[in-house]
Amino acid sequence: MFEELAKKLTPWLVGDGPQASIVLSTRVRLARNLSGLVFSSRSSAAEKQKVLELVKLALKKCSFQKGNLVSSAEIDGMDRDFLVERHLISPDFMRDKDGQGVFISNDESTSIMVNEEDHLRIQALKSGFQLKQCYQEVSRLEKELSQYLKFEHDKQFGYLTSCPTNVGTGLRGSLLIHLPGMVLTRQIESFIAGVNKAGFAVRGFYGEGSDVAGNLFQISNQNTLGRSEEEILADLDKLASQIIQDEEKARQAIFRDAKEEIEDKIWRSYGILRHARLLSSSEVMNLLSALRLGVSQSVLEDLSLPIINEVLFLSQPAHLQKYFNRTMNSQERDVSRAELVRSKLAATKNGRKKKRSGPGQEN
Amino acid sequence: MLCKECKKRESTVHLTQIVNNQKVALDLCQECAEKRGFHNPFLGGIFPLGEMLASVTSGIVEKKAGSGSSAKCPGCGMVFAEFGKVGRFGCGQCYTTFRPQITQMLTRIHGSTQHKGQVPLATKVDLTSEVKKERTLEEQLRQAIAAEDFEKAAKLRDQLKSSAPEKRKKDV
Repeated sequence: MFEELAKKLTPWLVGDGPQASIVLSTRVRLARNLSGLVFSSRSSAAEKQKVLELVKLALKKCSFQKGNLVSSAEIDGMDRDFLVERHLISPDFMRDKDGQGVFISNDESTSIMVNEEDHLRIQALKSGFQLKQCYQEVSRLEKELSQYLKFEHDKQFGYLTSCPTNVGTGLRGSLLIHLPGMVLTRQIESFIAGVNKAGFAVRGFYGEGSDVAGNLFQISNQNTLGRSEEEILADLDKLASQIIQDEEKARQAIFRDAKEEIEDKIWRSYGILRHARLLSSSEVMNLLSALRLGVSQSVLEDLSLPIINEVLFLSQPAHLQKYFNRTMNSQERDVSRAELVRSKLAATKNGRKKKRSGPGQEN
Repeated sequence: MLCKECKKRESTVHLTQIVNNQKVALDLCQECAEKRGFHNPFLGGIFPLGEMLASVTSGIVEKKAGSGSSAKCPGCGMVFAEFGKVGRFGCGQCYTTFRPQITQMLTRIHGSTQHKGQVPLATKVDLTSEVKKERTLEEQLRQAIAAEDFEKAAKLRDQLKSSAPEKRKKDV
């Protein structure tokens, strides 16, 4: 399944959104529950089925977004991982669980998880820094659905959710940001502390030592109650704009004070990616981080963000296996991943000095 | 350091999140990290909010348990102590049943107890209430069959057929 989707780069990663060299993507989601029905975190199989049926019916009546609702019974493990990697569902969704479903709009800009812990998790995803646009889209879909579905709402507490951390607006806005400048200049700890003080959550992934794989962080609002949707998003917008400025300053400082060192790091990363025969997921991610920095500071002029995003994307386990159209174990994946990365990078101008090759040809 | 999850393998993945100035650290081995969806930062694995919530709610649960709160939600049968364990409410009525405790908790989580923002628009065709009606009918039908009141059962079945939002193929 999802052969059509697999053929194209997901729109939110094309790298053409505003501030795309720092903000990879923006996501806004709304949590909603259907009035009078037990929340999905506690409901029986029959109750989940009811919710699925209802949502299916309501979506049929909606004119705004066309797409497909796929239920967990219809997809296998690989398809599931594929959707997780595309950020269309959360990591544990549809894993050994019946009665769950996901609606994906044809242009992949919106999706709805049905029977995650809440009945509906409506989300919009876009490339770059686009909080307002994401909210507009998600809110429009939610409004249309609310013509046919009555959502659980309380005068005092707002929209009611399974977990009290989502109650009120049910809104979570999050940005996936690339902060190599802050990490290299060792400002990241104080940055995280500052963001938290402002009432936002930062999620980073700490690999070996204190290195964050890929220097990728996600920031999102924590509070969903007491502030309106517009206020929450305006706060996040303000914070993100500040982060972008700080990151740009940090990058300028690095290139001013340690030009040779950083350029060396970028070119070495490029060298490894162009020639390695075995690459793990996290190694690719770390090396691509250097390449992304190189592109944004015009060190690697023949590479572009779309290519880096594509490699980052396709080197994930499920995408890799869809790309090569076969099931692989971890070791086989490392070989294929290296092959894929070489061929993708070789297709750019830098690589054309050597023989140009497609997947499976170079070795 | 051993993995916090399996307590067998060495932890190689160290996840840190700072929430409300409180550092929450998770040390996991690769396998357990992958199981929890942390294998790829690019995916933005979901941080187990339940675990953090437990620390937020523990005080409230204990206090209320001590004062003998044993209210049970009429909608889903949940008692508040159960929430302390799972960190999730069972249905919308939980919020009414446990309003005092929840109000206290929301102050800690959000620094507010009053919603501001969107409210639902009036539904044009309320599919939800149709289904609710249908569920009541189904329940009555089940009872009628159990009581061997087949005349009533037949009537209910007809009602169900006509009230369903979409013609149902399945037999009730």
